[in-house]
Amino acid sequence: MEIWNRHFECMERDELKKVQSERLRETIERVYYNVPFYRNKMQAAGLGPESIRTTDDLHKLPFTTKQDLRDNYPFGLFAVPMSEIVRVHASSGTTGKPTVVGYTRRDISTWSEVMARTLTCAGADRNDFIHIAYGYGLFTGGLGLHYGGEKIGASVIPVSGGNTIRQLQLLVDFGGTVLACTPSYALFLSEAIEEAKINRDDLKLRVGVFGAEPWTENMRREIEEKLRIKAIDIYGLSEVIGPGVASECLIQDGLHISEDHFYPEIIDPNTLEVLPEGKTGELVFTTITKEGLPLIRYRTRDLTRLRYERCRCGRTTVRMEKCLGRSDDMLIIRGVNLFPSQVESVLLEMSEIKPHYLLVVDRVNNLDTLELQVEVDEAFFQDKISQLQTLRQKIQTNLESTLGLGIKVNLVEPKTIERSEGKAKRVIDKRKL
Amino acid sequence: MIIHQLSVFLENKSGRLTEVLNALGSENIRITALSVADTSEFGILRMIVSDPQKARDILKNRQFAVNLTDVISIMAPSEAKYYAMVLKILSDLEISIEYTYAFSVGEKSVIILRSSNTDEAIKALKAHEMELIKASDLYKI
Ligand SMILES: [Zn+2]
Repeated sequence: MEIWNRHFECMERDELKKVQSERLRETIERVYYNVPFYRNKMQAAGLGPESIRTTDDLHKLPFTTKQDLRDNYPFGLFAVPMSEIVRVHASSGTTGKPTVVGYTRRDISTWSEVMARTLTCAGADRNDFIHIAYGYGLFTGGLGLHYGGEKIGASVIPVSGGNTIRQLQLLVDFGGTVLACTPSYALFLSEAIEEAKINRDDLKLRVGVFGAEPWTENMRREIEEKLRIKAIDIYGLSEVIGPGVASECLIQDGLHISEDHFYPEIIDPNTLEVLPEGKTGELVFTTITKEGLPLIRYRTRDLTRLRYERCRCGRTTVRMEKCLGRSDDMLIIRGVNLFPSQVESVLLEMSEIKPHYLLVVDRVNNLDTLELQVEVDEAFFQDKISQLQTLRQKIQTNLESTLGLGIKVNLVEPKTIERSEGKAKRVIDKRKL
Repeated sequence: MIIHQLSVFLENKSGRLTEVLNALGSENIRITALSVADTSEFGILRMIVSDPQKARDILKNRQFAVNLTDVISIMAPSEAKYYAMVLKILSDLEISIEYTYAFSVGEKSVIILRSSNTDEAIKALKAHEMELIKASDLYKI
């Protein structure tokens, strides 16, 4: 297994800590003098740049949130003059303003470096054809993969998202070996390949790098089976840099974080205390090399845990577990926390159905109601009402025992739940209307 | 003697039945018999059509969940006692009936039924000299 940057990815942990601490000091110095937002917050907490000597001091600093980015929209948190910024990206704001991020020339080079590590982690090299079906544009997915692909010398096919017919044609004609897109789009493509009656042997796909949304182990199995590829989970968020923050290696046992650039912590989202190794909580990042938009203790809202032991692949970088949902996605139904990914896991365990579902939350007479629409699988459908009713009951029972919540299950016709070509829409919460 | 009945999963949503019928009609599929079994949330549409395989493909291509089911068809005089007789023949042999429906053609009725054991049911009905209809004849009605 190749490793792109052995020096940093396999560094002894005490040596790595020295590198991280030094980079952290530089970052704190820069934000203190260049970003009023950080200076004010630090001063309010009675801290100066000299207060932060090593990564052990990080916990003294206040957190940064997405709201802080919005409040300083668009460029208020940039730490360099705009003349130094060579690129701007923005994440789609589902509520309110988008979050804007800026990159200096060195940031772009850092991003290419960590993406090169990601692709190498997935076993890609200069001989590969990387079919990029992530969107290009303000979204960081497309261009992030693009620069990483070029950095490792692979042949990059910048298809961008959407237009499934063209995706299929290019996959066959250009012989992409690495597929890069969201996991839900990978599933969508696998169905489209089946429907278009494309012979799998006409495809050269070997591996997929999938991210930008949470997905389950079961979904991974389904993708791997249907597309006959290895499905690698990659992680990133535009605020931190975009894709490239962390990636699974071929061992598929946790995602290696590029720790020499992004320093992770796990906190309890309620008490905001740093949690010890191995505990599940909210992932927090401090960027320690970024120039354009350095972030101090940025709360990602992603729930995961960290493991520091050396991986069998030889990398020493900390591994985060596959994220199972953002705390933003968390629904509170009658006081019970619910992640759509939990529903998905239950459905994927059942061979009678496909995990195409929609959760509808509503409030009737001051009581939250939860309805699940799930498609009847064509292959499973027979002629009996009783068979369908049994299935419905089984889904309901399985869900209720896993979620600890009453749920109404409705069977719907095949292909009636909207397939998404980007992030899958799994929840309609009518309570907010 | 075995009839291939076309079964379609339908949500209880207005316009879906029309869609099925239009899809079949536009491909010149004739419908001999039709019945809907429904619950409050969904239903199953059951039809005897002129070309079951083709009809299935048409609906499949339009993303419906469809299935061809083996049923039996009996021609009997249009009187309740004959219908009762058919049911009794089967129940005496403990062959259960999943569902049944009927329509009349002139003086006679055509009874469609799905039983737990199609082969045994056919044997029993033949032994009682019931008039079973061949698929090719039924599709022509
Ligand atoms: Zn590894």
